[in-house]
Amino acid sequence: MKIQNPREVYGRTLVEMGRENPKIVVLEADLGRSTMTCYFEQAFPERFFEMGIAEANMTSFAAGLSLTGKIPFTNSFAVFAAGRAYDQIRQGVCIPALNVRIIGSSAGLSDFGDGSTHQSVEDVAIMRAIPNMTVLVPADANETRTMTRAMADYRGPVYMRITRNDQPDVMPEDEPFVAGKPHLIRQGKDVVAFANGQMVSVALAAAEVLAEEEISLRVVNVSSMKPVDEAALVSLAEGMKGIVTVEEHSLIGGLGSLIAEVMRGRNVPQKSIGIADRFGQSAHNYDDLLEAYGLTPAHVAAAVRQLAR
Amino acid sequence: MATRDVKELERIARMIRADIVQMIGVGQKGHLGGSCSIADVVTALYFSKMRHHPANPTWPERDRFLLSKGHAALVQYAALAECGYFPKEELKNVKRCGSMLQGHPDLRSTPGVEANTGSLGQGLSIACGIAAGLRIDGLTSRVYCVIGDGELAEGQIWEASMAAAAFKLDNLVTILDRNKLQAMGRIVDRFDTNPLHDKWRAFGWHVVEVNGHDMAAILETLDQVDQVKGKPKMIIAHTIKGAGISFAENRVEFHNSSLDAAQYEAACTQLGAESVPPVERTNN
Repeated sequence: MKIQNPREVYGRTLVEMGRENPKIVVLEADLGRSTMTCYFEQAFPERFFEMGIAEANMTSFAAGLSLTGKIPFTNSFAVFAAGRAYDQIRQGVCIPALNVRIIGSSAGLSDFGDGSTHQSVEDVAIMRAIPNMTVLVPADANETRTMTRAMADYRGPVYMRITRNDQPDVMPEDEPFVAGKPHLIRQGKDVVAFANGQMVSVALAAAEVLAEEEISLRVVNVSSMKPVDEAALVSLAEGMKGIVTVEEHSLIGGLGSLIAEVMRGRNVPQKSIGIADRFGQSAHNYDDLLEAYGLTPAHVAAAVRQLAR
Repeated sequence: MATRDVKELERIARMIRADIVQMIGVGQKGHLGGSCSIADVVTALYFSKMRHHPANPTWPERDRFLLSKGHAALVQYAALAECGYFPKEELKNVKRCGSMLQGHPDLRSTPGVEANTGSLGQGLSIACGIAAGLRIDGLTSRVYCVIGDGELAEGQIWEASMAAAAFKLDNLVTILDRNKLQAMGRIVDRFDTNPLHDKWRAFGWHVVEVNGHDMAAILETLDQVDQVKGKPKMIIAHTIKGAGISFAENRVEFHNSSLDAAQYEAACTQLGAESVPPVERTNN
């Protein structure tokens, strides 16, 4: 399986888009070598805005740029992009439904060393709750690229969270982005795993382990958290003994909540794997955090075994 | 529409204040004080200084007006109606459920409104972004943004002020409605943000001060700042909260409060307005 880095691919994709579309502008809050907007800065300095470490102003400034017909991408770590600038996103961007793209980088626990201040466990919940907002959690670099490219023409505000880490490809290279569409990644007949972001790979690894035990796990990538194609999700859960949701996010307001909302009244047992109402913390590597927060293939497999019984 | 006739502009400003009073009516809350303090500046902009076409509100080359202190929306609605952006009849529907005139400016609801403002501190940042976008397009349109002096407590104002200077946004003119009162009292007593002139100059702005109720001086100042290149411009407009309505002037109680029937009549009389019956509303 090919390994790529989503933020690297995001940075290169912005340059491609900048070449094709003079309306693309990029705003950065002094993290350009982490978010990889440094490539756009080199290529199009006149359409790049170093906003300093001032996420609130960056977000409202982007609203202003969009009001002159530009397609602004704001960039910071997810925790600041969605958290520090929440009111600016709500008031100036989402109420009038402007074409501002808010990119939350180093999302989830992926900034493992920096600890709770820099790890976003609730960004998806916050962004989902805002009317008019689209919320995307790409599973790999390929999907990061197709989603980013789709944002050139997409109407209304978008929040996309992307990880810091290298990722194995799980999505095809050129599958066009369709808002709301879940993607069947691995066929299975006993239990369905709804996952997004890096957790799609984790669910796939669990499926490999389970296959040896003759438990068949279907894996679905729910990268479009809002809007969602509810009928498609329901149909992907049809005939399953249970549902496991897997997310690198708080269990409150994220994918586990979404699936419970969609499946309400359908009597399919659900187990939710995610971060149990707590903040992140520092670790020497990302895997230590996945272990500490119960986000490994072994945790997924254990939940599936219970459901498959 | 554009006129240099000071007497005529003063007449329009009185009419706009009368519109504000009539929108508030009797027994209903409304931001009277902060709408009236900036009425002369708003009149000078919409009826003299700004290039705009009410019949074509999205004309790309227009000058933009943003009311960062969005709670004073009544003054902008009055000006837009008097300019012809929408029928004056609409004013009586202000804040009614489903109305095109929301409690704070909403660009999707009201022709002529450029941004959603009212969460204080944000309008100036949006104005900066518009100014930067216009410059990318090579347009010479100017952006006028009115901020309040109570609003200066918002940290984002200072983020925006640094950004405007860093990007040398000389197509941005900010007018500070220096009425010296915030909702809970005198700014010097509640949360003193002085000194203002020195602060804005230190943040890289060209700063001038003007009597915000002297129409000739306002027009002259708006022209004068056009000559300054390479910096954003700050016009500190010294104003009186509730200006034009004797019993409301400098009175913090009229920040957002209602008028009784006698006050309503008195205000209409003072503004030389036909004392039309106040708009009837069933509740708040």
